[in-house]
Parts: sequence; C-alpha cells; structure tokens
Amino acid sequence: MIIKCPWCGPRDSSEFVYQGEGGRTRPDQSSTDQSAWNAYVYDRVNTAGDHDEIWQHSGGCRSHLKIIRNTVTHKVLSVVFACDTQDQEKPA
Amino acid sequence: MREYSAYTLLKNALTGNRDWKQAWRKAEPRPHYDVIVIGGGGHGLSTAYYLAKEHGITNVAVLEKGYLGSGNVGRNTTAVRSNYLLPENHRFYEHSMDLWENLSHDLNYNVMFSQRGCLNLAHTPGQLDEYIRRGNALRHSGIDSELMTVKQIKRLVPALDVSGSARFPIIGGVMQWSAGTARHDAVAWGYARGADRRGVDIVENCEVTGFLRDGDRVTGVTTTRGEIRAGKIAVAVAGSTGSVMKLAGIETLPIESQVLQAFVSESLKPILNTVLTFGMGHFYASQSDKGGLVYGGALDGYNSYAQRGSLPLVEEVHSEMLALFPSLASVRMLRSWGGLCDMSMDGSPIITTGPLPGMYLNCGWNYGGFKATPASGWCFAWTIARDEPHALNAPFTLDRFHRGILIDDKGMGATPNLH
Ligand SMILES: Cc1cc2nc3c(=O)[nH]c(=O)nc-3n(C[C@H](O)[C@H](O)[C@H](O)COP(=O)(O)OP(=O)(O)OC[C@H]3O[C@@H](n4cnc5c(N)ncnc54)[C@H](O)[C@@H]3O)c2cc1C
Ligand SMILES: [Zn+2]
Repeated sequence: MIIKCPWCGPRDSSEFVYQGEGGRTRPDQSSTDQSAWNAYVYDRVNTAGDHDEIWQHSGGCRSHLKIIRNTVTHKVLSVVFACDTQDQEKPA
Repeated sequence: MREYSAYTLLKNALTGNRDWKQAWRKAEPRPHYDVIVIGGGGHGLSTAYYLAKEHGITNVAVLEKGYLGSGNVGRNTTAVRSNYLLPENHRFYEHSMDLWENLSHDLNYNVMFSQRGCLNLAHTPGQLDEYIRRGNALRHSGIDSELMTVKQIKRLVPALDVSGSARFPIIGGVMQWSAGTARHDAVAWGYARGADRRGVDIVENCEVTGFLRDGDRVTGVTTTRGEIRAGKIAVAVAGSTGSVMKLAGIETLPIESQVLQAFVSESLKPILNTVLTFGMGHFYASQSDKGGLVYGGALDGYNSYAQRGSLPLVEEVHSEMLALFPSLASVRMLRSWGGLCDMSMDGSPIITTGPLPGMYLNCGWNYGGFKATPASGWCFAWTIARDEPHALNAPFTLDRFHRGILIDDKGMGATPNLH
C-alpha cells in the first residue's frame, strides 16, 4: 500500500502509523458528558468502503494526516494534513 | 450406532465407500424458523449444534453467505489455549477447554484435538515477571501453567537458538501443557454434521442483505435466497459484524475489522512439537501433522475488509521466525492468506441478548476466537434459548464499554491493533 504524503510524496505504508478512525469528535476538555466521552473512546463506524482515518508519517516528516481509504480495496483516495481540516480545534 | 466407527469404516472400505451419508444436507431455506443464526463459521455452527443438543431447539437455520468454512474458521492457525490473566476469561476459556477435550466423541467426528502445549518465550526479566504473574493467576484458578528454564526449553525444542548471542536471548518461558491445536475444518464440518443430524438447516450461498422489522423488533431477514422470518435472530459473523449490524441500523459498535495474515511452510521433518510464541514481537508457530509449519504474527494494523494482507507484515513475521530459528532460513513458504478479525476495544468478546429486541449478538473475537468455538456456541445457545446470559458469558456484554467494566486482559486500552 502506497500513501502519498502531501509533504514527502509517495511512500510505503510501513513508514506510517495508523491512528484509527478519523470521524470521531473529541468532546470539549471541560465536558462532563460521560456518554459523549464513551462514544469518542469506544464506538467505531468501522465502514466497509471509503473510510475516514488518521495516520502519522512517523518514519518521515511526522505529519498527522487525514486519509480517505477504501477498506475493501485498500485504495488510498485522498491524503491531507490533519491540521488543515476544519474540525481541528484551534488553540486558544 | 455411531455413524463413524471402526466397523463402519471397515464395511465401507470393503464396499467401495459408496454408502456414506452426506455430512450435511444441502438445505433449501424455509420461510420461517424458530431461530436464524447468521454466519456459518465455527461459532454459528456450534451455536446451532448446542441449541439443538442442549435446549431441544431444532427448528433452526444457519445462513452462510459463501461456502461453509470460508471465513476465519477455515483460515486460523488452530491454536487452542486458556492461558489468560483475568478470571472472567479463565472461566470461559476453561469451559471451552473442557468441551474441546471431549469434542471428537461428542460430535462423533475426529477434530484432531492435540494437547501438545503452548509455550510463551520470555526475553527480558520484566517479561518473565509478567509471565509468573499470569501463571500464578492461572494456577489460582486451577488451570495448569508451568515456568520453564532455558535448559528445559532447549530439550523440548532443540532447533531454537537459545544462545546468549541470539538477537533476543531466551531467558525462560511459561508453558500451558493442556493447550494445543485442533483441525479447524473438521471443527466446522463436525459441528455442521451434528447440527444437521438434529434437524438444523444449513443454508450455504445465502447472504443476509437486510433485516425485516416490526418497529424496533427484528422479525426476519432478507437474503439472496429470499425472505426468511424467525422468532429469534442471532448474529455470529465475526469480521463482518460492522457491515451486517449496519443493515439493522446499528451504526457504531466497539469493534474494528482488521486483517490478520497466516502462513504455511513446505513440509519438514518433525521440528516443533508444541505451539510456540516469541516474546519480543508478534510471532507464533506450530507444526501440522503434514509437516508444514503453521505460523503468523501481528495484525496488518489498520481497518480492512479485504481478507488479504500486505507485504511489510510478511517480511516482519519471517524476520522474527529467523530470529528464533536461524536454521529455517532456506525453508520456503508455501502459502499465505488473510482473514477478517473483529477486534473489540478491550480484546474480549461480546455474547449477549440484543442490541435490538429479537436479536442476539456474538462478536469481538479478535484473533483468538477459534479456541473459543465450543464455549462460544454453548454460551450463545444458552443466551438465545433462555433470553439471558449464562454465568460464563454474563461479563461479555455490549454495554460494558459505556459502563466502565472492561475485560482488558492485556491492559492495552481502546487500541484494537495492539491487543
Ligand atoms: C490468520 C488467522 C489466524 C488465527 N489464528 C487463531 C488461532 O491460532 N487460535 C484462535 O483461537 N483463533 C485464531 N484466529 C481467530 C479465529 O479464527 C476467529 O476468531 C474465529 O474463527 C471467528 O469465529 P467464526 O469461526 O464464527 O468466524 P468465521 O468463520 O469468519 O464465520 C463468520 C461467517 O459469517 C459469514 N457472513 C458474513 N457476512 C454474512 C452475511 N451478510 N450473511 C451470511 N453470512 C455472512 C462469513 O462468510 C463467515 O463464514 C485466527 C484468525 C485469523 C484470520
Ligand atoms: Zn511525510
């Protein structure tokens, strides 16, 4: 499997570390909503098909990447820096 | 009289083997059953068998989308053991072990259960301490576990590199002598035949494509072979749990599907007489009766429904194999394949009523569900028949994640690719 890092270019998947499903939203730090935290930590969509996920290019530029990859064909459809996606929290 | 016996073997041998009965009928689906079991893997088949045998519920169909044994029950590396840390797992996997020990007789089908032991190698003092802790926990529950010295290990498996100059020197190990292997296909076929003989319909090439509902209640399924209704619908589809449950409107579960690969080498003379695990990475091996080494390692590590793995893992597994057995360097790999593992968030399974009325769920087997096949079916059948879990599977609920009562044997947390 080849992942095209926006910084380093096409690299073998073994240079990257998988960090799990990308669609999950971390509750606000101050949230005391137990069920929202539980859902964030434990529940997965586990799609068979185009899957939203986070990887890190740990053996390269170390960027965190937001990837859409098909879990049935393993084809990587899009790769962007995770920090460029709008659901990323802005530091205060 | 037993269908398979020395007498019938001899009789059929003399008459050209023409009189054997088919192991199971090619059943046509009927429009209604008391219970539908979705998934003709080991767990679905053993569930049907114990529903009939233990609870007298025989109006049952097992619906399998492909051929029987096409899933993980026919793809695993057949290691059977019960050497877990936590008491919930001790009780469940020991029950499985008890059923394994009598399974060939119970099914009148030789599942080739061979208690050749399972040895975990230790490479650091910290690891050995952890094994001692687990071994003591096991012995406390009355389960066998024995610490082994390097000398004993070398005597048992002479081909191992136990020299101090090995990349990861072996400093000891922990053995479960009652562990071993069984023939995976025979387990599927034996349970299928046993269920069939008691009246269960085993319907192959029948994929469930949707659920029939009456409000919240699940009342039947749509399949590639038509609509089928049932009072109770049990889901036992292992790696396909996510996609099948979505058909019932369950969008999220504490499960990730990931691929695990396994390998077989060309046939060798006897070299390994136990199930062996490497402690400095993921590698384990046993030797089949045909002489091939059967071995595997870690998950590929990302979500997958592809039933095939990728090359980096192939390289990793073989490098670990050579770290232990330098003498195998010129042995060729014969075959490799992958299977879909339903990785749960604490590494333990789910066997429960629900999550919808009329539905029952069995999943979360990670890469260790073959050993559980007898107890999983036994407990699931109980749960389906009585609408409540048996004490053995009562801890394996679906809501334990949200209630904070996880059964995390390895203490890895919600990172399924590390279990
Ligand atoms: C490479 C590998 C090695 C392993 N090694 C070991 C080991 O050494 N020891 C051990 O204990 N465990 C091992 N496991 C794990 C073990 O094989 C599984 O946990 C166990 O087999 C899962 O239960 P099952 O047999 O019911 O699954 P499966 O055999 O996968 O059964 C599920 C069935 O559901 C069917 N299905 C899916 N969707 C549908 C649908 N929509 N309609 C109808 N049917 C459907 C599938 O076709 C499949 O046949 C290994 C797994 C793999 C992949
Ligand atoms: Zn990069």
